Amino acid sequence: MTSDRTLEAPFELKGSLFTLTVLRLHESDLAAIGAALDAKVAQAPGLFVHHPVVIDLDDLPVAAPPPDFAQLAAMLRQHGMVPVGVRHGSEAASSAAVAAGLALLPESRPAMRRSDVRDEESGVAAAEVLPATVQPTAVAHNRIIATQVRSGQQIYAADGDLTVLGAVSAGAEVLADGSIHVYGSLKGKALAGVKGNTAARIFCHGLEAELVSVAGRYRTIEKGDSEWEQAVQIYLAGENLIIEPLVLETSGHRKL
Amino acid sequence: MAKIIVVTSGKGGVGKTTTSASFATGLALRGFKTVVIDFDVGLRNLDLIMGCERRVVYDFVNVINGEAALNQALIKDKRVETLYVLPASQTRDKDALEQSGVERVLDELRQSFDYIICDSPAGIERGAMMAMYFADEALVTTNPEVSSVRDSDRILGILASKSRRAVQAEEPVKEHLVLTRYAPERVERGDMLSVDDVMEILAIPLLGVIPESSAVLQSSNSGVPVILEETTDAGSAYADLVARFLGEERPHRFLTTEKKGFFKRLFGN
Repeated sequence: MTSDRTLEAPFELKGSLFTLTVLRLHESDLAAIGAALDAKVAQAPGLFVHHPVVIDLDDLPVAAPPPDFAQLAAMLRQHGMVPVGVRHGSEAASSAAVAAGLALLPESRPAMRRSDVRDEESGVAAAEVLPATVQPTAVAHNRIIATQVRSGQQIYAADGDLTVLGAVSAGAEVLADGSIHVYGSLKGKALAGVKGNTAARIFCHGLEAELVSVAGRYRTIEKGDSEWEQAVQIYLAGENLIIEPLVLETSGHRKL
Repeated sequence: MAKIIVVTSGKGGVGKTTTSASFATGLALRGFKTVVIDFDVGLRNLDLIMGCERRVVYDFVNVINGEAALNQALIKDKRVETLYVLPASQTRDKDALEQSGVERVLDELRQSFDYIICDSPAGIERGAMMAMYFADEALVTTNPEVSSVRDSDRILGILASKSRRAVQAEEPVKEHLVLTRYAPERVERGDMLSVDDVMEILAIPLLGVIPESSAVLQSSNSGVPVILEETTDAGSAYADLVARFLGEERPHRFLTTEKKGFFKRLFGN
């Protein structure tokens, strides 16, 4: 194995993740911003010393002109903060920020942008959706658990299917990016397609689950439901979570 | 090589200490040199059940802290030749059970004993974790009711993932189910889970079923492990349990209601 990394190199470039404070501007009037900064810093002097901040323009009214970035940066430094960059600016604002020596930071994920959320009507089913990112993952790393999954245990098959040969006890949780198969009775929680794979399914021999979920759509099961203790498969049809008995119609000689 | 056996349950009040005392006494009666350790630091009971509460001078925590030698703290049972008790401290808390200290004491006990029985406190906190961590085998004590069964399930999960054997990827801890306070007439009425119900949920081999019995309370109050009351139902059930543990075949008793004869029905018990 060869490596282009040598110890003699004067430096190494690596990507890394940081949590930064975001300063969301509601207006571009520097006098008003300055007064508000004075008040904020007075509340907690020392808290913002050498504190890196990102200027977010997402909340600025569309018609408002971008602030004077050179003056804004100087003002932030006076208050002890270190401005590192700008995001969510218009084209003109972005080039003005670059001219003032600030970095351009990537946009946050579309769903995170407040301006979009504001326009969107909140769906009725929103409360029934667990947070899940939307990209389906390639199913490759399958996991097999040969024993029982006990109360309090949590088993997760990342990037693949999960097969449990024993039972999943009440109070246990099984999760997979792909599908879940349980050969014992399923009494705990089963969450398939946790990263948003809507084609994921749950299969089990005896459904007594506390909760089943596919790609964030979930349902609780009660004793006395028609599917109780039945062999079923659970999948998504559009927005609906379908629980369907497993019936082998092809085997003519088999009586169920 | 000594075997370390933890008596555990998760839930409190199901009969861990009663089982520890009778199991240890039963092994000692068969001639094995046996010590039973109380891990319930701060809430010690084992000494009462074993009837040696007046003889506690030094305790487990003293030995861990190096304040006493092991043989100063070990209490030799007056009834059974090869039985010893290592009592818990009543004035300390579970934080005193420091892992390297517990390991050192257990290693020293391994030198001279055949069986080391660890009486676990309830819960899944430090005391219970320490009692479980070094175990080779486990007696999971369960009452036939849903909350006790679920807690035992949780304990089985911890044994399978957090014990020393699990952490070091050795052969897993051998698990045994001990069903205590079993009342067949209440099972028949549907008030209690049956043996089969519990077995279905926990899916581990059944070592013994101990019937609900007034003998347990009486012997506890008089400081005699119930296994020494050979004529009682609970005592003989524990004797069967020990025999099964040592590999003997014994049919399970006390699983069905006693058919009451004419005179019994007439005169009661």
